[in-house]
This record gives sequence, C-alpha cells and structure tokens, in this order.
Amino acid sequence: MADVNITVDGRKLTAPAGTLLIEACKSVGIEVPSFCYYPGLSLQGACRMCLVEIAKMPKLQTACTTVIQEGMAVTTASDTVHQARKAMLEFVLQNHPLDCPVCDAGGECELQDMTFSYGASESKLIDFKNHKDEEQWSPVVFFDRPRCILCYRCVRVCGEGMDVWALGIQNRGALSLIAPNQDDHLECEECGMCIDICPVGALTSGAYRYKTRPWEMNHVSTVCLHCADGCKTTLGVRRQGSGNQIVRGDNRDKSGINGDFLCIKGRYAFDFIEHPDRLKQPLVRKNGTLTPASWEEALELVALRFREARDTDGGASMGVIGSSRTTNEENYLLQKFARLVLRTNNIDHHRTADFPAFVNALSGRAHATASMRDVLSAPAVLLIGNDPTYQHPLLAWQIRTNVRLHGARLYVVNSWPIKLTRQAKEFLQIPEGAEDKAAAFLAGDDSAADALLTSKTTREKLAGFREKLQGEQNLVVIFGSELRGQELAALVRAAARGAKYICLGDHANSRGAADMGLYPDLLPGYLPLSEAARFGEPWKSVPQQPGMDLEAMVAAGKERKLRTLYVVGSNPVARYAIDPFALAETFVVVEDLFLTETADLAEVVLPAACAYEKSGSFTNTCGDLQLLRKAGDCEGVKPDLEIIVRIAELMGFDIQQLAPLDPSGMRADFGESRGVQSGEVDQQAIWNRRQGYEPRVSPFNPFAVLKEIQRVVPGYNVGQLELLSGNDVHTATAGRAPGKTEADRFILPSHENLFTSGTLGRYSDVLNRVIEARLRLPNEKEKEIAAD
Amino acid sequence: MADLVSHPDEVRVVSKRFGEGATDIDRYLALDGYKATQKALTMGADAIINEVKASNLRGRGGAGFPAGMKWSFVPKQSPKPKYVLCNGDESEPGTCKDRLIFEHDPHSVIEGVIIAGIAVDSHQGYIYLRGEYRYLIEIMEKAVADAYARGFLGKNIFGSGYDFECAVQTGAGAYEVGEESALMESLEGKRGIPRIRPPFPAVVGLYGGPTVINNAETLANVPHIILGGGEWYASLGTPKNGGTRLFCLSGSVNKPGVYELPMGYNLRKMIEVAGGIWNGRKLKAVQPGGSSVPVLTADETDIPMDFDALMKAGSMLGSGAVVIIDDSTCMVKYALRVMKFYQHESCGWCIPCREGTDWLKKTLIRFHSGGGVRRDIDNIQYLAENMLGRTFCPFGDAAAMPTISLVKKFRQEFEDHLEGKPCPYEDHGKIEHLPVLTAWDHRTADPWAQAH
Ligand SMILES: Cc1cc2nc3c(=O)[nH]c(=O)nc-3n(C[C@H](O)[C@H](O)[C@H](O)COP(=O)(O)O)c2cc1C
Ligand code: SF4
Ligand code: SF4
Ligand code: SF4
Ligand code: FES
Repeated sequence: MADVNITVDGRKLTAPAGTLLIEACKSVGIEVPSFCYYPGLSLQGACRMCLVEIAKMPKLQTACTTVIQEGMAVTTASDTVHQARKAMLEFVLQNHPLDCPVCDAGGECELQDMTFSYGASESKLIDFKNHKDEEQWSPVVFFDRPRCILCYRCVRVCGEGMDVWALGIQNRGALSLIAPNQDDHLECEECGMCIDICPVGALTSGAYRYKTRPWEMNHVSTVCLHCADGCKTTLGVRRQGSGNQIVRGDNRDKSGINGDFLCIKGRYAFDFIEHPDRLKQPLVRKNGTLTPASWEEALELVALRFREARDTDGGASMGVIGSSRTTNEENYLLQKFARLVLRTNNIDHHRTADFPAFVNALSGRAHATASMRDVLSAPAVLLIGNDPTYQHPLLAWQIRTNVRLHGARLYVVNSWPIKLTRQAKEFLQIPEGAEDKAAAFLAGDDSAADALLTSKTTREKLAGFREKLQGEQNLVVIFGSELRGQELAALVRAAARGAKYICLGDHANSRGAADMGLYPDLLPGYLPLSEAARFGEPWKSVPQQPGMDLEAMVAAGKERKLRTLYVVGSNPVARYAIDPFALAETFVVVEDLFLTETADLAEVVLPAACAYEKSGSFTNTCGDLQLLRKAGDCEGVKPDLEIIVRIAELMGFDIQQLAPLDPSGMRADFGESRGVQSGEVDQQAIWNRRQGYEPRVSPFNPFAVLKEIQRVVPGYNVGQLELLSGNDVHTATAGRAPGKTEADRFILPSHENLFTSGTLGRYSDVLNRVIEARLRLPNEKEKEIAAD
Repeated sequence: MADLVSHPDEVRVVSKRFGEGATDIDRYLALDGYKATQKALTMGADAIINEVKASNLRGRGGAGFPAGMKWSFVPKQSPKPKYVLCNGDESEPGTCKDRLIFEHDPHSVIEGVIIAGIAVDSHQGYIYLRGEYRYLIEIMEKAVADAYARGFLGKNIFGSGYDFECAVQTGAGAYEVGEESALMESLEGKRGIPRIRPPFPAVVGLYGGPTVINNAETLANVPHIILGGGEWYASLGTPKNGGTRLFCLSGSVNKPGVYELPMGYNLRKMIEVAGGIWNGRKLKAVQPGGSSVPVLTADETDIPMDFDALMKAGSMLGSGAVVIIDDSTCMVKYALRVMKFYQHESCGWCIPCREGTDWLKKTLIRFHSGGGVRRDIDNIQYLAENMLGRTFCPFGDAAAMPTISLVKKFRQEFEDHLEGKPCPYEDHGKIEHLPVLTAWDHRTADPWAQAH
C-alpha cells in the first residue's frame, strides 16, 4: 500500500495508507492513551481517551478511529488534549470504587497508570458512587461492576477472538454492565482471555484473586506444559519457604507464538503442583507396600537392580518408557541412557501421532513444516480431522485469527461439523474414520472417493473441493493422528507449491519425544540405528537390532523376560489398560509427580519435578523449539535429568560420556534457583560445591545437553541466541526415518479436551472445579464435552 | 390523541390534511394524495433532487441539514441495496409533531419515503416509529397495507415499472435510537448504540448499504414540494430556510400545541400564537429547539425562528420544540429535570456521557434539595464543558449545552440554593429531601437494585 505522510507534534512521519492514527503515533514513540482500542479487535471509539487535535477539524478526534490522510497535522501535546484526557479520567473515576489497595489489578492496572500519567490529582466528586455487589460467573471468572470502565475489550475478545460470544452488554447509561449471555453464569471455554484483557480489576480470576500483589511476584517466562501447541506463559512466582511458589499463570509477555492467547490450562492449571497427593519423597516397596525412603536408598537400589539385570541378562531384558511431557534434554538423555548405559533399544513412549511417517514423507524437504506463526499468516489452511478448538486451543486461535484479520481461506475435512467450520470457506463432511481416505483422495487417488460419500458429500463436491485446494498456493496442511503411514505420506507428497505441514500430536513435548528418538528403531532425529556412530564414539556400541516397543515389552513382561522397566513421566498402565499382572515379575521404576496407576505397580517410585520446576526445552507439535525456565520449587523432588544422571553415576557409568559438562550455561539455566536476585538460598550451587563440581559446570545442566542436541540431532541446529532470548525457533526435519508403509498402530491420541490434561489434569483443582460446574449445567452438549 | 390547535398566522403545508380524515386512503387520494409520487416517477432522480435542493428544505430532525444535498451524497452505483429510512423516533422532550403527521396524514410520509427512494434509486424504505408510540403502529401499518393494496407500494408501482417496498418498524423505547446510526443498529435488531462515523449513512448505512435517513416531517414535506415546486416552498420561509415548520409550543403558555408557521417567524410573536404566558406571569426563558439546545433568556427572544438566526444567537432551532418558561420556574430544578432525562436516556457507550450525565444528575439532585456547596456550581459547568464535543455521538452535546447555558445565564439562581437554603421557588415542605451524601460519608447506592 502507498505510504502516507503526516506530522504529529511537529514530527514528520510516514506510514502505510490505512494505518490508524493511534498506531502511526505509536510507531514513532508518541503515546496516545487508550482503553477501548485494542489491536486486532474491532474499533469502539468508546473511552474517548485518545482524543487528539487534528488541524482543520473543529472538534477533538479519536486517534483510534481516524485513518491517517496525506498531510494530516496532528497535535497530541496541547493543553486542550491534556485537559480532555484529564477530564475523561475524572469521569471514569466518578463511579470507580478506588479500592486499589485490595484490588488484584493494583500495580498493573491501566487505569492507575493513566491516572498517574494524565489524571487529576484531586477528586471533584462529592456525591455517592454507584455500587453493585460482585458476582461470580464461573469457577474462574468473577466480575466487579463498580471497577468496570466499560471498554468492551472482554466482550470483543470473547466474541471476535474466541468465537465464544459468552459476554454481552446489558442495560444502558450508567446502568450499563457486562453480563454473561447465559443468565448469571458463563457457559464458555473458560480461557480467561476476558480477565487477561481487562485493563482494570473488574474481571478477576478465581485461581488468583486476593493471593498476592503484582509487585510481590517475580515473573518467569516459560512454556505451557499441557497441550502440544507450546504457548509461551509468564508464571508469577513468590517466595515461600525455601523456594518459589507459582501463584499465577498469564501471558503478560505477548511476544510468544501465542500472542494474546492462553487457554484455561495454560492460565490456571499449574495448580496440580500443590496437590496434596504430590509425591515428595522416594518410595521403595518393602514387604509389598511402597514405603518412604531416602533418595540415596532409592537410587542405590535402582542402580543396583539395573546393573544386575544388564550384567546378567543384558539390555534386551530391560525396558524404558519416556514421556511426552518431559523436556527434550531429558528425553535425549533418557534414550542415551538406555542405549549407552543399559545397552538396549527397548525404548518407547506414548505415541500420539505418526511423526516418523511424517518426517519420512518430508525427506528432501527440510523446511516444509509450518510453524505456529505460519498458521497465523498463511493465505489458506487445510485441516483434516482433529478438533483444534478442544485439542489444540492455540492452533484454533491462530486459524480463527488468520481468517478474521487476514481473510485466510480455511478448508475443513472432518466427520463432524467442528466449531472451526464457522470460519471455514469450505467444509467437507466425511464418514467417521474416513480421514485416511480423504487424504488419499486429496492426494489424487480417485478410488478413495467411494468411501467419502455421504448425503451431503457428493462426487461433484469432492471434486470441487480438491480442485479449489489445488489452486491454493502456500497452503498450510494440518492433520491429526487420524492420518498415519501411507495415506499421511501420500498427502504430504501430493501437495506442492509452497505447501507446509503440521502433524498434530498430543501433550506438550510429544513432538520433542519423537524427535529425541524415544523409539525402539529410531535414533534422535529419526535416524536409523545404523547411523548411531555419527553421534560420537561411545554410540558405536549401540545395538543394531531394533528394540521392543511398548506392546512387546508388556508381552515380554508376561513371559517374565522383562527384568526391569524404567518409566519416566508416563502412565502406560492407565493409558493402554495394561494388565497389571503382566509386570508382576518386572522391577518397575517410575518417575512421576503422582502415584499413578503405573507408579502403584512399581518397586521404586521417584518423585519428579514438573516442567514448571525445571529448565530445558520443548518442541511443540509444529516443530517450534522453545526454552523452559524454572519457575517453582517443590521440596523433595528432582528433575528427571538429574535422576537419570545420578542413576547412571551410581551404576558406575562415566557420566561425562552421558551428560556433557559445559560451562556456558547461565546460572539459572542449571536448574538452580534464581537466587542471585532474590537473595534466596542457591541450593543447587551448594550441592555442586559439595560434590566438588565447578559451580558453573554441572552434569545436570540442561543447556549443555541442549547444545549437544543442537550439534547432533538433524534439524535442531538453530540459533542459540534466539532461543536464549526467549524466542521460538522453528526446527527443520532433516531426518530419514526408514520408510514405514504400515500405519503406526501404537498411536493412541490422548483425546484431551479443553478441561483435561491426562493424568496431570486429574490433579488440577481448577480443571476439576470447572468440569464439575459444567456437569451441573442444564445443557446436554456441554455435559458431553465435560464428561469426555 | 391530541386536540388540534389553530391560529390565523399558520401556513398549512404539512398540516394541511390534519383533521381531514386522510388516514383513509380514498380520502387521502381526494386531497391530492399520491399525485406527487406519480409526478416524481415521471421526473427522474436528478430532477427530484434539484427540486428539493431548490426548496431549501432543511432536516426537521434537529440538525437542519439540507435534504436535497443529503440525497445527492448517495452514490449512484452501489453493489449493496440502498435504503430510505424515515426517522419517526421523535423523543426529544417537547417535540410532538411527527406523531401528528403519522396520526393524521400517514400517507404523506409514505409518499415522502417513495419519492426519496426514486431520487436515490432505492427500492426499500423503512418507517421507524418511536417505541412508545404504540398507538401509531396500527395507523401506519394500515396505511402501508392500503398503499400495497392499491399498487402504490410493491412491484411496479403505479404501473411505472419501478419497485418499491416499505415496512414499519418500532424501537424498544430509547431516545438515543433517534440518532441516525443508532437507529440503524436498532433496526438491524441490535442494541441502540451509535456507529463510528465516517463512513456516513449516505455511503454505508443500514445493512452496510447507502442510506438516506430523514425525519418524518422532512419527508412529509417532500410531496408538497414536488407538487408545488421548490421555488414556491422556498418562498414560504427565509433565505436558506425554506418552507414552514411544525413548531411544538409548550410550557407556561395558555394554548400549547403544534402550530405550522413559516420559517423565521418571530419567537415573541410565537408565544402570543400559543396564547401568551399563562396565569399572568412573566416570560423568563425559552428553550427554542427542544431540551438539547441552550436556553435563551427573555431578553433574547426577539428573534426570527430559523436555523441560522438561532445559531447566531448561540442556540439552535433543533427539533422545533419551543419550551416556554415563566418566572415561577426554578432554573436549577429545570436543569435537574433536563439532566434526569439525559442521564436516563444516555446509551452509556462512551465514558464522558455515561459518567457525566450520571454525575451531573446526582449533583443537581443534591444541589436542588439544599445540599449544594459553592464549588458545585463551577463543577457543574466544568463537567458539562468537558463533555461538550468529546462524546461518541451528539447526545453528549445535547446534555451539555442546556446545562452550560443554564449555569451561565442563571448563575444567581444557583447561588440562591447554596448552603442548605431551601429552593426559593418551592414550598420547602414539597421538596423531596434526599439524603445528602458527602465525600466523607462512605455510603454508596445500588441503582441497579432500585431500577428493578
Ligand atoms: C441524541 C439524538 C437524538 C435524535 N433524535 C431524533 C429523533 O427523534 N428524530 C429525528 O428525526 N432525528 C433525531 N435525531 C437526528 C438524527 O440523527 C438525524 O440527524 C435526522 O434523523 C436526520 O433527518 P433530517 O435531516 O431530516 O433532520 C437525533 C439526533 C441525536 C444526536
Ligand atoms: S470488565 Fe474489564 S474488559 Fe470488560 S468492559 Fe469492564 S473494564 Fe473493560
Ligand atoms: S493452548 Fe495448549 S499450550 Fe496453549 S495454554 Fe492451552 S494447553 Fe497450554
Ligand atoms: S454520547 Fe456516548 S453515551 Fe451518550 S448517547 Fe452518545 S454514544 Fe451513548
Ligand atoms: S481508545 Fe479511542 S475512544 Fe477508546
């Protein structure tokens, strides 16, 4: 678009035609205060804070609704403008309760900030203020009308942004108020976006209210540990006891791939951390019951039994199950531990997508995966299967926002009119379970059409749909776990012309777990076992025979051929409904947060730190790599990384061959507390010193492991600086998974919805309260979703 | 139904058929009905617009915008349908003229809508009636149905090949939906909140299509202009203020009512037309254009009543409501009464109007009941001045302008109410003494609970 020249306060500036005056001012650092204006949401012109003088206009004009015109001369720094701002604040404070001392928003309130910057120092008010009692709309949303300044941001973010439309405006004049569209309560996605976007303390969160003041918290930027989308979150932490307690989740830092977005899980479901059932001490089975034990005792027992098993029956008798929730570093180290220390390829994890087939199909096209950011800017998106609104909330937000703001064309193929069909340009409804056929058809196989016909889907419709897709350039193709093996490969190979792909897995690091080689037949980066040597000298000893997958391990257990099973952050017994007696003779070690169904069978249970309690990295389902920063502490637990290294050490393994020692990591990256700033005890440093390690060289340094990953895992050689500065970096797919033609039958999607998160979700008080509240709703559909 | 009044100085154009039974379509036809529409169908769009321009017809809704010019802003080509809206929301206190037109001469409005439609090449009209005017719905709906039955509305009207549909719609009862963009929101079934402008309705209006919106009286004048000619109509008024106007004379007069007088008729004489000030009292002030305009003191009333002269005198001709105030009226109470209305009617969309009217009302209630302090007077002025010109729609100005003028021109009366003094104009016992709440008195009130 052509550029337009204007002057603001005498400064010349140029901006593209169509730019709003408020944005043009911002681009040169001139602040125009605003309440109702919010980038990406519809314009309101309601708060009148942004009034400025424009030459030749008799009245002040709102900068938020004015589009710049060539030659426009604007004044923001005049007495008239200052007076208008001051008066606007006086007006809005008329009925404002000024209960800042007890208000959650106090300290990070836009009204406070504006009043300090532009407001009057004294109140002219003599009369009483209108009052209305506070209301609770849902387990997480509270509304305090007197504090509301009616900027309508909440209404818009819920409607335009979330496409939920749960909030409305009632009454008029001074009695106007924000209200749920369902009587007195919300029937919504409980994302908390309304609370987050509220400039004042009118909407407050049931999970955070009255807990602390903003200035009492430190803010740690990390990555959500729930679904596979990888939202950047900011955790508010506060000192408690000898560590840090997480008191809030939000996204004050809007620089992440999620921009403004967080779903209920990212925002509130960190509370499982403090669940009373959290394991805080190792447990060792004594006389048939799991009994608390010291770390030394538990680890020594594990090391002893592992060594015994390896040295007598060999690695083939040992199994390892990794996690789609632990970090890349831990998964990488875990498979290295299996392959180098236990000398086995018997390693697997809960697979939720056919990543090997995906990577294989992309071979030769290292940069053909779409990032989460691409979804926001792609001209067209094809979505086959899955229901992102519930399973991939951020992805759904990206798609919706792209359609709304950039006019992207969305094509949906699903057996059900999922919510995103509202944004779809074309919706192809297919019979249940026919996603693979749809992929085959779209890839050009006309014989697949028969399986796709429904009362609504005719041959003509199918052909038209495919034709339109073929006309799309730079299409982003997204599919769920419904697509596997051959059909997945055919689809990925078929589309060309700049198409990019996303394969949807479940849980925060499912892609990372796959990338890090938690497979019996694949090394990190989906490399075949035959290429082990390229990882370095010690890897030459890695067995060339593929190991057992999870199913085979269980079968071996039944035959009493599995001597040990090391389960890290996974609950296969519940997931796969494994017969508990199958493992009766196996020495099972479980590292987890809770006494899961699997842990309940174990001989040794080791309490682990969750992803909010350690540093490291996650790879989201798109392949975006991001750093985790340690936020909270839980006394008694250890990060999986540390546990793995300690077991190896106790087994007599030269840990320098396992865990790289690298002095380059930053202090906080060591998994140490952020003690330097807050003056808290630097426990990790004390431990390091006691062990005789250099304070800056630790075998538990996830960043040293990350460096190794970046060096050896194809596709992960991305910019360190980008990562360290908190950005997401898209990885490439340079792997060469052996082409499998058979669909991976071990894939089991986790079927999470907005309010569940596997085993972890069961321990989240917030999620449970929301599910419970929804079960009480009269609406049958909501019940279904909640019970799902 | 209101009784009709009359006076020899009246020049009857729009009110010509009042009391003549013109709600009956045959009677209407006998009184030259639908001749203008047929003539307009033969004239073509440009000729109609030129005629209306020549008539100097200015909008009777309040702003006095030249009607012909407004129509000429509508783009000739439009991918979206164009619309003609008749604004019959008439809610400005003191204004009661449109209802007489609907009641006595409903077909003249329909004709005005059709002719405006032909002028801008629109094929759909809506007549929007004020929510509270329930009794008019039946009359207007019957008139529209009769017109359809005769083929004056619908496909191929008057066999001309031109299609024109028209429907009657009502609001839910809000002054603010008289504002043109809020009316469109309301008509589309949404909350009656104004829209951001630009774009203006002539370009993007109802359902996003180019839209002509005119006051009912403006439109009812159009058939007469088509038949009598623009020049004739213009000659009835003053330069740039063509024709006559329905003036709604109310307040402290002996014969209040709606009188059709030429534009520019002298305000003093107008008071005499309404039978002079009642009860032998003296004139104190006049609000010459409805509750939204600055008041004129008695000394300022020797003035021709047209848009330009009143603008020059610092007030406005507005909606044609002339409120006459005698010397027994307390101007503080008057200010309070006006502000009660605006506080009640504010749509609440924007901060200065929503909070300003609420704050002013609270202050004026306290002030009038004896709880005023000196700085209140300046504060009333301050609040109103800071609303003026800064609100989202002109409603805020409508609330601010009379208030500012009342404090400026009758400051002494405000002073007379200070420091607990009883209202000098009222029996002390009659004033409803509200609890006087002060800053150090941390009581609050829940107006939501009171409203239900
Ligand atoms: C608060 C407010 C209320 C209004 N109420 C009315 C009304 O009741 N009737 C009306 O015709 N115009 C009303 N108007 C004016 C309309 O916005 C619009 O200018 C008018 O309908 C245009 O018609 P006209 O050009 O024929 O006057 C109101 C304007 C405002 C700002
Ligand atoms: S609740 Fe908050 S976001 Fe919503 S309108 Fe009120 S102040 Fe704005
Ligand atoms: S969308 Fe996924 S990553 Fe984002 S907050 Fe929700 S659960 Fe976390
Ligand atoms: S000035 Fe503002 S609050 Fe008042 S009626 Fe107009 S938009 Fe509504
Ligand atoms: S920011 Fe412009 S009116 Fe609110």
